[in-house]
Amino acid sequence: MKRGLILALAMVLVVCALPVFAQKVTLTIESWRNDDLSIWSDQIIPVFEKQNPDIHVVFAPTAPAEYNGVLNTKLQGGTAGELITARPFDASLQLFQQHYLADLTNLPGMKNFSPVAKSAWITDDGKSVFAVPMASVIHGFFYNKDIFDQLKLKVPVTKAEFMAVLAAIKKDGRYIPLAMGTSDMWEAATMGFQNIGPNNWKGENGRAALLKGKAKFSDPAYVKTWTELASWAPYMPPGFQSVKYPDSQQLFTLGKAAIYPTGSWEISQFEKDATFKLGIFKPPVEKRGDPVYISDHTDIAMGMNANAKNADAAKKFLQWMTTPEFAALYSNALPGFFTLSNAKISLKNPLANEFLSWRGTSRSTIRNSYQILSRGTPNLENELWRVSAAVINGTMTPVQAGKEIQDGLSKWYKPAM
Amino acid sequence: MLDVTHAKRFPVYLIVFLGPAVAVYTLFMIYPLLDSLRLSFFTTTQDNREVFNGVGNFRILLGDSNWAPRFWGALKNNLIFFCVHMLVQNPVGLLIAALLVGNVRGRVFYRTVLFMPTVLSVVIIGFIWQLILSPLWGVTPSILKAVGLGSLFQPWLGLSRSALVTVALISVWQFVGIPMILFYTALIGIPDELLEASRVDGATKLQVFWRIKFPLLLPMVGIVGVLTFVGNFNAFDLIYTMKGALAGPDFSTDIMGTLFYRTFFGQQLQMGNPTMGATVATMMFLVIALGVCLYTLWRRRLQTYQL
Repeated sequence: MKRGLILALAMVLVVCALPVFAQKVTLTIESWRNDDLSIWSDQIIPVFEKQNPDIHVVFAPTAPAEYNGVLNTKLQGGTAGELITARPFDASLQLFQQHYLADLTNLPGMKNFSPVAKSAWITDDGKSVFAVPMASVIHGFFYNKDIFDQLKLKVPVTKAEFMAVLAAIKKDGRYIPLAMGTSDMWEAATMGFQNIGPNNWKGENGRAALLKGKAKFSDPAYVKTWTELASWAPYMPPGFQSVKYPDSQQLFTLGKAAIYPTGSWEISQFEKDATFKLGIFKPPVEKRGDPVYISDHTDIAMGMNANAKNADAAKKFLQWMTTPEFAALYSNALPGFFTLSNAKISLKNPLANEFLSWRGTSRSTIRNSYQILSRGTPNLENELWRVSAAVINGTMTPVQAGKEIQDGLSKWYKPAM
Repeated sequence: MLDVTHAKRFPVYLIVFLGPAVAVYTLFMIYPLLDSLRLSFFTTTQDNREVFNGVGNFRILLGDSNWAPRFWGALKNNLIFFCVHMLVQNPVGLLIAALLVGNVRGRVFYRTVLFMPTVLSVVIIGFIWQLILSPLWGVTPSILKAVGLGSLFQPWLGLSRSALVTVALISVWQFVGIPMILFYTALIGIPDELLEASRVDGATKLQVFWRIKFPLLLPMVGIVGVLTFVGNFNAFDLIYTMKGALAGPDFSTDIMGTLFYRTFFGQQLQMGNPTMGATVATMMFLVIALGVCLYTLWRRRLQTYQL
C-alpha cells in the first residue's frame, strides 16, 4: 500500500518534470469556438508544431456565451493564455485600450491583409492593429437547384430578375419562394438589410460616408433598401411574422422553399441536411454589368496577451497565421469561414470556393452598424433589427424606418467633420 | 418567580436557530439588494471608475427621450401582462378549484394534470407553444381549417397587436395550477356545518358559493393577487425564451424583466450597462414594493372571519 503510494507520487513527479526536460514552450489559445476544437488540435496545430518542434500549442476554448466574461476575468487575474481569439470591433478594442492586448502593427505578416480586413481590429485613428485577422463570412443567397431546374428558372442577376423569379415560384404554387421570417428580427437586419443594402449604398463608400456624417440613414439608398425588403413579404412563408431562424433553415433544407437569403456560415449544415443540389447567387444589382458589393463581414481574429510569458513564441505563431499556408489550412477546415489574407488560395469545397471567388468579381464591405456606430444609445444594431422586421411586417414604412434610425443615431453620434 | 428570571435571560438558542438563516439570507439576498440600490445612484466613467451620480440615472430612465419610452412601454406592457393574469388565470384557477371540491370523478387525476405545467421548464413550455402556434408546422392552423375556421388563424406570436396577450395567456396556461391549489386548499378548509346550515336555510348552490364560500376565500384572493403581482413584475424567462431580449416585434412584448436584462447584460453590439441596469432593477423593486404596500393596506381593512 505504502509502496504503491510512493510509486504513484514518483510517477506524478516524473510527469510534471517531463516538460522541463524537453525545454518546450507551451502556448495557450483562448477562444469561444469550441466547435472547432478538433480542427485546431488535429489539423492546424500539428502543422505548426512540426515546423517548430520547440513550441507546444494548446487550444483551450470556452463556451461562446461565457467567453467575454471568462476572458476578462482571466486577463485581470493574469491567468489568460498567450494567444487570444478576438471578437470584432468594440469588445476587442476595449481590451486593447485597457492594455490587455499587445500592439501587432509591426508584425511583418500584417502586410498580407487589406485595410477592410484589418478594420475590425484597429484603433479609431487607424494607427494600431492589435490582432491578426482570421476569417470573415460572406452574405448571399442560397437556392435549391432542383426547384430552379424543375420550374426552368434562371439564376437572377438584376433586381427585376430576382423579383420575377420570386413571382414565378409563387405562381407555380408548390414551393415557398423565400425562406425567411421576422420573429427573431436579426434575419431581417443581417440577412436582409446588410445583405442587399451594399449594392444600394455602394459598399465601403457608403459606410465611410455614414461614419463621416456625409450620408444619412434617411437617404434614398437606405430607404430603397427597406423598400426592397418590404417587397419580399408576399413571397415569404405564411405567418412569417412568427417564423424563426431554425424554421426557415428547416423550410429550405426540407426542399419546401426555393431561395434562402443568408451567409456562407450555413455551408456545412446545409450540405449535411439538404438532399438536393445547392446553388448560390450574389445580391442582385440594378442592371446587368453594375458592380456588385458584397457583405464580407470580418468576424474573428487572433490577438496576443500583452503580458504573455512566451511572447516570442506567440509572435512566431501569429506570424505563421499570416502565411498563405495557414490561410489555406483554416479556410479548408472550416468551409464558409474565409481567410482575410490577400493570398490566393484554393478551397476543396465547391460552394465555399464559389463564395470566395466573389471577392475577385465584387467589392467587399462589412456590416455598416459594427464599427463605431453601435456605441451609443439607442443602439444602432438593435434599432436596425427592430425597424427592418417592422418594415417587412408592414407596420412601418421605409421612410419612417430611415427617419427613426437617423434620428436615433444623430442623438449621440457627432462625426468629426 | 421562576418564569420571571427565565424571561430576563437572553435566549441564546434564538441565535443558534436563526443565525445560519439570517447569515445566508443577508449574504445572498439583503446585501445584493442593497448593493444594487446603491449602484443605481452611481455611473461609470470612461476609465471604468464608479462615480456618484445622485438621481441622474433615474432622471435619464424616466425622462430621457431614448430611455423613457422603453421604460414606460415596459411598465405598461407589464401591467397588461398582470391584468391578463388577474382576469384569466385567477378566475379560472378559482373555477377549477370550485369544481374540484365537488364530488368529481378522477379528482386527483385532474388536480395533478392541471398542476403539471407549473413544474415544467419554461424553455419546454416556450418551445411547445411555439410549435403549437407555428404557422408552418403547428396543429393550430390545421385544427382551425378542419372546423372551417382556417381564415381565423394568425401568427399571433409575431404580430405586435397580439404577441403580448398571447405570451401572457401561455404564462397563464403554465401557472394556473398555483391559484387552483391555493383556492382548493382554502375551499376544503371551510367547515361543513356552515355549508349545511346555509343549505337548510334554503340557499341555492350559487348562493352558497357567493354568500358563504367567497367571503371566506377573500384573504386567499388577496394572497393569490399579490403573488401574481410579484411574479408578473419579476417575469422574464418566458418572454426571453420565445421573443428574445429585444422582445419584438417593435418592443411589443418588452416587460420590466427584459428591459433590465438588455440594459444590464447588453445585447449583440450593445454593451452592458451595470449602473443603468441597477436603476431599472431599483424601479422594479419600487413598483413591487408599492404593490405589496397596497395589498397590506387592503388586508388590514378587510374583515376576516374566525372559523
